[in-house]
Amino acid sequence: MAGETTHTSDPKLDPIQAPAHDPVPALTRREAMLQMLRVGGIAAVATGGGYWLSEHSSRPAAVHAEQARRDHRIAANPQWPKMTVVQGGEPRALAQRALADLGGIGRFVSRQDVVVIKPNIAWDRTPEQAANTNPDLVAEVVRQCWQAGAKRVIVTDVSCNEPRRCFQRSGIQAAARAEGAEVILPDPELYREVELGGVVLKTWPVFTPFLEADKIFNLPIAKHHGLTGATLSMKNWYGILGGERNRLHQQIHQSLVDLASFMLPTLTIMDCYRILLRNGPTGGNLEDVALKKTVVASTDPVALDAYVAKAYWNLDPEHLPYLQMAANRGLGTVDFDKLPVKFSNLA
Amino acid sequence: MVRSKLPLLRRISQIFFLALFLGLLVFTSLRPSGGATSDIHMRAPVRLFFEWDPLVAIANAFASHALYRGLLWSLLILLPTLFLGRFFCGWICPMGTLQHFVGNMPSEAKRGKQRIESNRYRRWQTAKYVVLIAGLIAACFGSMAIGWLDPFSLLVRSFGLAILPAFNFAVRAVLLPLEHSHIAFIKTTGQTLHQALQATVLDFRMPHFAQGLVLGVLFLLILAASLRITRLWCRSICPLGALLGAVSRWSILGLHKDPATCNHCNRCELHCQGGDDPIGGAKWHKSECLMCMNCVGSCPEHSLSFRFFRNESEVASPDLSRRKTLTGIAAGVAAVPLMRANTGLGKSRHERLLRPPGSLDENEFLSRCIRCGECMKVCPNNSLHPTLDQAGLEGLWTPTMVPRIGYCEPSCVLCSEVCPTGAIWQITPKEKGWVVGVGGAQSQPVRLGTAFYDRGRCLPWALATDCIVCEEWCPVSPKAIYVQEAEVIDSAGNTKTLKQPRIDPSRCVGCGACEYACPLQEHPAVYVTSIGESRSPSSQILLSRK
Ligand code: SF4
Ligand code: SF4
Ligand code: SF4
Repeated sequence: MAGETTHTSDPKLDPIQAPAHDPVPALTRREAMLQMLRVGGIAAVATGGGYWLSEHSSRPAAVHAEQARRDHRIAANPQWPKMTVVQGGEPRALAQRALADLGGIGRFVSRQDVVVIKPNIAWDRTPEQAANTNPDLVAEVVRQCWQAGAKRVIVTDVSCNEPRRCFQRSGIQAAARAEGAEVILPDPELYREVELGGVVLKTWPVFTPFLEADKIFNLPIAKHHGLTGATLSMKNWYGILGGERNRLHQQIHQSLVDLASFMLPTLTIMDCYRILLRNGPTGGNLEDVALKKTVVASTDPVALDAYVAKAYWNLDPEHLPYLQMAANRGLGTVDFDKLPVKFSNLA
Repeated sequence: MVRSKLPLLRRISQIFFLALFLGLLVFTSLRPSGGATSDIHMRAPVRLFFEWDPLVAIANAFASHALYRGLLWSLLILLPTLFLGRFFCGWICPMGTLQHFVGNMPSEAKRGKQRIESNRYRRWQTAKYVVLIAGLIAACFGSMAIGWLDPFSLLVRSFGLAILPAFNFAVRAVLLPLEHSHIAFIKTTGQTLHQALQATVLDFRMPHFAQGLVLGVLFLLILAASLRITRLWCRSICPLGALLGAVSRWSILGLHKDPATCNHCNRCELHCQGGDDPIGGAKWHKSECLMCMNCVGSCPEHSLSFRFFRNESEVASPDLSRRKTLTGIAAGVAAVPLMRANTGLGKSRHERLLRPPGSLDENEFLSRCIRCGECMKVCPNNSLHPTLDQAGLEGLWTPTMVPRIGYCEPSCVLCSEVCPTGAIWQITPKEKGWVVGVGGAQSQPVRLGTAFYDRGRCLPWALATDCIVCEEWCPVSPKAIYVQEAEVIDSAGNTKTLKQPRIDPSRCVGCGACEYACPLQEHPAVYVTSIGESRSPSSQILLSRK
């Protein structure tokens, strides 16, 4: 085929042009066809692609948020008290007794459960400064979850201060890892937009591990707080959110209730081993810390918060409007004295 | 036979030191370690390359009349140079290695003849000596501006503040879609890769730096210059190269040429890194030779070799005319007074010039800071950024805190631990003294400045809305922010009781946590300015502290 190229002119008839240029070979029909096909193909793809893209043009919309209230509660059982207050021991012993008083870990964790434990790991503080949950308390809960046959035990929080510092200096990373828990730091890329369905909290980024749990244990620490007087178990749910959570203070009571009715924990175990009486929630000064050697655990977060606020800050539910608001939403009761509460003293 | 192995050995050494440099740079970050709740310190010797840098040591000594910490180690480089010449440039310096690598890339502008031409010794190579002289004289006058051009400063600044952040971004951009894939296999691959990279080279959070683009482009331009003229930077600008070149005049190791066997094939010139004329017949320029040994390795006639105690005619010292020397001296003498005639230091200090904790007073600071960016690289909160004009032109690329991006973490002292020159003097968390008892009689914490409210923007002051997030975050105890209840009327006419925040300047340490946490993002209603910083006796508000 290559030999079939034809000359446009006879060099003998046109002696002037011939030496100046190499003869330009014309396309064979086959080559012309191929070229047409190629150009046609490109044009067709461009048209098709362009049309398809223009069909898909729309104003950028927010990602579709998932919508699901996280209800990890277990069925109430009149055989066991709703709340327990254990005093006079070291954190591990306190946690052991608290869990035993409420029916044992087996009541809360089933085999093959993915358990997420949510301590407060918000600040770059050591355990003595009582700004984060006590590491031994966390470790004990981890240990018991394994005993109950959990598939995974995850310890995580979305810190305020630099997370790597908070996780180390709180002692929680080391203590939880020593018990074999997965410790997950708040990776900025691990959030999902979630429709919280609250009155003021609509769509917020939630740290993914909290969305993939079978059971959730809330392990807050009782601390003073400038805006509300005290920060207790419901405030600990701030730590599941990403985004600009500094706006939540503007309607703090409604925010707390919105969060608490989105995230319903299996059990709340409040660390009152050391509590922070002043300059919370960051503290730092050991003079602000009081050693109470107490753990309060409950399946009713409202009653628990009401009890701790009264016990350590002498705050009645009127002072903490979110308690009544939460009760109205059916999250629990503010009248902790009407609940079956068990008190034990290890000392 | 031994000869031809030299370039190979050199290559191994170059790769080793480049890897060491990058490894140390990556480790210039917060890495939790030690006891369960202990303070976090820098364990890797990340300042190593600066401690090997005699230029930094000499300039530091000129400017501060002392040598900071490990800078004495730089004798490890300086003394062997006295005997062996610029082996450091050819065998160790990562800046040289990178240019070496780029210089070997095929390039249109540098082929055969052109390349040989471009590798011949040129008079403009002496420019670096002018830079060196000017820099050292400026150091005597109290400015470490030489840090703009010191090769390690340049490297750490460019890599730490531009190249690595860009790398972080690129890796995340590639991995993120994988991790969000619906196919389990791709997803796990992405996640595993991410975790592996996170544990080694990636930053915990994607870092961002002011002027990152400028620093990155400048650096890439310097590397790209090697596509035209091999190691243009080393040959004509690098003040450390100039220093080592000047010192190498006494070196006892040198190039031995055997002109009789040279057949002028030009192979040595083709691969020469320093532009020092290794070819037979020409005079060898000792101070320019980088000891890369390419010439020895490429000579087919074995007519070149490096030998001790040779006696050959050569150009031993930089051929610096008196005029050029004077130019350098004049530039150095003029530079500092001119820079000080500008505003900046002394006059009209920038209110937002917030130096990292431990920093010396501004005069001392500028006489030490080499603008290397180690502190900015290490800061776990991405709080430190290179200045543009905040420290005056003289202070270009020195560190300043930008609280809106990151506040200073109360018990962190990493920046003071990595600073190679003592501009940020090493402090302990205890010396930093934040958190406990600030404002008490005995405690003299390090203060970076003082916070102020913008009552026209603050929610409880101006917008009849609850807030005091700033108070929540304030890390000192008792808190430097105190609140007062006030009755305000909202737009509907309802009376509301709100807590309005105020600052106690005797307790505020200027950490910027309040500014960081304030919900008014682009223009926070509480902000830190440098007044009250403990390093400066003159920049104070209070007559006496409580
Ligand atoms: S500026 Fe503060 S947070 Fe950043 S490295 Fe220095 S001490 Fe640490
Ligand atoms: S965080 Fe900002 S808006 Fe809120 S009270 Fe403080 S200064 Fe005002
Ligand atoms: S800068 Fe703000 S947060 Fe830091 S000590 Fe001062 S008032 Fe407190």
